[in-house]
Amino acid sequence: MDILQILSNTGSSLIAPATIGYALAALGLAMHFGFTGLLNMGMAAFMAIGAYGYAISILTFGFPWWGGMLVGIGGSLVFALILGIPTLRLRGDYLAIVTIAAAEVVRLLFLTTTFDKYTGSADGLSGYHASFRSFNPIPDGTYGFGPWEYNANGWWVRIFGIAVLALAAFILWAVMRSPWGRVIKGIREDEDAVRALGKNVFSYKLQSLMLGGVFGAMGGIIYALPASVNPGVYVTSLTFFVYTALLLGGAATIFGPIIGSVIFWGVQTLLSNLLPALVNIGVLPFMTTTQSQTVRFILVGVALMLLVIYRPQGILGNKKELTFVK
Amino acid sequence: MSSKDSPAAPVEREKTTGLHKGDIVPGVAKVDPIIIADGIRRTFGGLTAVNVDHVEIPRNAITALIGPNGAGKTTLFNLLTGFDKPDAGKWTFDGHSLAGMGAHKVARLGQVRTFQLTKALGLLTVLENMKLGAKDQIGENIFRGMIPSLWRKQEAEIEERAIVLLKKFKLDAKSSDFAASLSGGQRKLLEMARALMSQPTLVMLDEPMAGVNPALTQSLLDHILDLKDEGMTVLFVEHDMHMVRHIADWVIVMAEGQVVAEGPPDQVMKNQAVIDAYLGSHQDVDLGVVTGRIEGELNTAAIDLAEEVKELDANIAKRKETGK
Amino acid sequence: MNTADYRRTRRKNRRGVLVALIVALSAAFSLMAMPAMADEVNVDEYDNSIIGNVKLNSEPLEGVLLTVSGGGYEVEVATDADGRWKVGVPDGDEFSVTLDESTLPDGIAVIDETGEDDTPNVKEAMIGPSGSTVMNFFIGRGERNVTSFFDQFVERIVNGVNFGLMLGLAAIGISLVYGTTGLSNFAHAEMVTFGAVMALIVSVDLGWPVWIAIPLAVLLSAGFGWTLDAGLWKPLRKKGVGIVQLMIVSIGLSLALRYTFQYFRGGGTEQLPGSDSPDIPLFGSVSLSQTNMISMVVSIVVIVIFAWWLVKTKIGKATRAVSDNPSLAAASGIDVDQVVRVVWILAAAMAGLAGVLWAYFRPGIRWDMGAQILLLVFAAVTLGGLGTAFGALVGSIIVGVLVETSSLFIPSDLKYVGALVVLIVILLFRPQGILGRKERIG
Ligand SMILES: Nc1ncnc2c1ncn2[C@@H]1O[C@H](COP(=O)(O)OP(=O)(O)O)[C@@H](O)[C@H]1O
Ligand SMILES: [Mg+2]
Repeated sequence: MDILQILSNTGSSLIAPATIGYALAALGLAMHFGFTGLLNMGMAAFMAIGAYGYAISILTFGFPWWGGMLVGIGGSLVFALILGIPTLRLRGDYLAIVTIAAAEVVRLLFLTTTFDKYTGSADGLSGYHASFRSFNPIPDGTYGFGPWEYNANGWWVRIFGIAVLALAAFILWAVMRSPWGRVIKGIREDEDAVRALGKNVFSYKLQSLMLGGVFGAMGGIIYALPASVNPGVYVTSLTFFVYTALLLGGAATIFGPIIGSVIFWGVQTLLSNLLPALVNIGVLPFMTTTQSQTVRFILVGVALMLLVIYRPQGILGNKKELTFVK
Repeated sequence: MSSKDSPAAPVEREKTTGLHKGDIVPGVAKVDPIIIADGIRRTFGGLTAVNVDHVEIPRNAITALIGPNGAGKTTLFNLLTGFDKPDAGKWTFDGHSLAGMGAHKVARLGQVRTFQLTKALGLLTVLENMKLGAKDQIGENIFRGMIPSLWRKQEAEIEERAIVLLKKFKLDAKSSDFAASLSGGQRKLLEMARALMSQPTLVMLDEPMAGVNPALTQSLLDHILDLKDEGMTVLFVEHDMHMVRHIADWVIVMAEGQVVAEGPPDQVMKNQAVIDAYLGSHQDVDLGVVTGRIEGELNTAAIDLAEEVKELDANIAKRKETGK
Repeated sequence: MNTADYRRTRRKNRRGVLVALIVALSAAFSLMAMPAMADEVNVDEYDNSIIGNVKLNSEPLEGVLLTVSGGGYEVEVATDADGRWKVGVPDGDEFSVTLDESTLPDGIAVIDETGEDDTPNVKEAMIGPSGSTVMNFFIGRGERNVTSFFDQFVERIVNGVNFGLMLGLAAIGISLVYGTTGLSNFAHAEMVTFGAVMALIVSVDLGWPVWIAIPLAVLLSAGFGWTLDAGLWKPLRKKGVGIVQLMIVSIGLSLALRYTFQYFRGGGTEQLPGSDSPDIPLFGSVSLSQTNMISMVVSIVVIVIFAWWLVKTKIGKATRAVSDNPSLAAASGIDVDQVVRVVWILAAAMAGLAGVLWAYFRPGIRWDMGAQILLLVFAAVTLGGLGTAFGALVGSIIVGVLVETSSLFIPSDLKYVGALVVLIVILLFRPQGILGRKERIG
């Protein structure tokens, strides 16, 4: 068993593009769920729209990388409108079901062979990196130390991702301390009361859905930036995993979603390396290596249950500050 | 409790009179109506909750809406404020037709309401609750919200106004607490104060006194009277007849969805229709059971009534105590 | 880089991709130079395969759809730019390959060279000892071989009702639980899978006959429901956990259970005995397999018994009272805890039965089979109005028929989309569902 390798992989996962992508999506959910009380269970669709929007506009229409990102963001804004206009009047549990359904529709549309020419159906998309990499200001070579040793492209993706994440966190902080944020939190507490004070609740919810959706789309883009767009990623479980990361950190906080995502991926990577290694040296005789890879997903489910029951405010949240919406 | 807080003998203020035109009948026209409603009907399944042919609410006066539980008062409030849609009917507020208008637009026109089941925003502080009430805030736009320099000054003004109101409602000591930590009565006060932050022309209060500490009711009544002095119009739902008699300039009585009587308080209380309306819904209840002198089964209407009676008794007892 | 090249880059393992960033790039570039490969489905999953080449006068035809099925396995594949296709198939030696003639160019059809075959577009493939077989069709100008639209439509409706009844068994349970406890139970999907997996364990692993295995699986499911209520939901209710929190707990439970099934049964598909029963022609071209017919009868019988229980028995009436207004029901002396316990047991038993039927309908048992229909069940329940048992049944049949018939009009891999879009549209006009009630304000 190579403990150093296991720790190194775990350390590396802390700033991996997937982690940054989750953190962005979790920030989006903090906006939706933590602050506005919208039980959006369709975050996977926002991420898919970001990633496919980016890849398709580069591959099919020859856009530059930044154009692709704008398309991904634009797509998520349009989706937020289409999703929000019919559903934002719905009660919490209906909203959850409808947003999952909408996300599933989006996923099936990307997966179907009907649009294979653009989406690659089950194969997904890849090979869209040239434009993004041509903008890489870092000279060729390998940089870093210990687990964090990457080549120029590896660093470019990570630095770009962290910059986007920082910007998103700043925007979320800035809007939530403003009177706009006060209305948003009021809606989470009781939307009828806020409506009675002359605020256009529907419009605020839609704005929240759009802003969080853009974070989600950027998360999807960063997630897909280094490698490929794989339709198997954007399943309902992705949304559930992001929720787990969000609740781990604290739903109604700015840094909670980020820390939650880092912990989520750190633990996932640790287990996915450690468990098979333990099986191989015979410490866990009752399971195979394949089974040991399934265990960590069982643990995600258990963790989600325990968190919601025993620490719904997350690691960073203040117990008094987080209730769950009605 | 300091002697200043305890309610002094109620100071009788001048009642506004001469509000109506012609004979007093249900639906009588007013000299200067702020709300004129026609043919408002709302049914839930087979139940007709509201069926009002015509009603007018006089401007710059305090109007009480009374009637037994289930008379349709709250439903009428919901309809007038855009929280519910009627099956039929139209109504105007200050000359604007409101039929089909969304609740937030109604509020922006200056017609603000509170709820029977208090809606304090629990995880906002009392001060934040208040600030939320203010209208036309620059920082409530998402883009301008990101630039504090644009809204700091207005925010300071709003805060100042909020603190003045909180003082008046004796909530200033709580201003940085979460609203969730307030008592039921304090939440009612907060909800009313918050509604006033929007500087409305018509304030609609759904059972504002229910659950409020009797020591506070007198000052609450004074606040309501002050609103009139400041030029506002008040429409409120209340079960306590003493309070209605004490502050209302005009009383509208609903029963089974309809306006069965209206008029100045003294006259209305004597009206047979009113007595019927109240007794009507309680006919099947043995008062002895309600007050606890006789053992027996209580149905829901009776449970409500029993609670009202108990509350009244408690209020009276407390008032006697604090009055000394 | 053009679309034809990048889309052939094979799907990659997520973690692998993160590590092999550079490898991926160079692979993508090297693929540009390679000749186009056949469109392949499930080739990595199975050792055996069927391959073919669809050509018209030696010109390749792209995008022709073929369906390979047999032994409960069914998969679709489309030809690539060279007209080639390849499908991995599980062990078993007979598969039927159907070429979808509607995907051929106009005026072109599969030609029957023997003059005796009514359906030349359907062929039987035998897998030889080599583990691979070639399957080609004669394509040319000619009359297409199609079942009449009406026959197809009727067949889909029959199938849809069958599917809908099965969904109904699951939907009634979700709806009862929602009605009595306010919980939107995402783990219901796993209660469906649980029933199927138990039936599999008893019938295949233990080798007991199916007619014992299935009732036993339903009993075990009922016990599972009771355990979940006693061990998890009841304590949470007592703790006063809010309904959104409960819903997220059910999501966590759903994930934990789903991967537990995968842990023990692996990622593959397994069959219950009798899943390859012969089709029995009914009328016209409509036929139903024996198991499907039994399944339909079982669903109807169970639903009728349930309806009788809900309407006529004391505990059934109590259940409806609790759904209507829990606090009032409690005040009038109904033991709400007992009602909820019974509801959990019943819901789980019906879900377990639905799982067994779903295993025959799909066909096959997989660790995530319940999750595959969860949204359809939710759609059904929502259409009917959350919390009304009969609404759930009506909604289920609508959804079942809709899903089955929609593939006559839209690509079959989008057949769930129709039902989900209808769900969204209905909620647009009736936010409380078809039969649901509106909530009070103020
Ligand atoms: N959303 C609703 N659904 C069904 N019935 C309702 C609803 N809202 C009110 N009702 C019924 O309408 C009648 C009037 O209720 P309400 O306006 O609350 O009376 P009040 O405020 O005068 O006590 C009652 O019988 C009540 O049960
Ligand atoms: Mg009321």
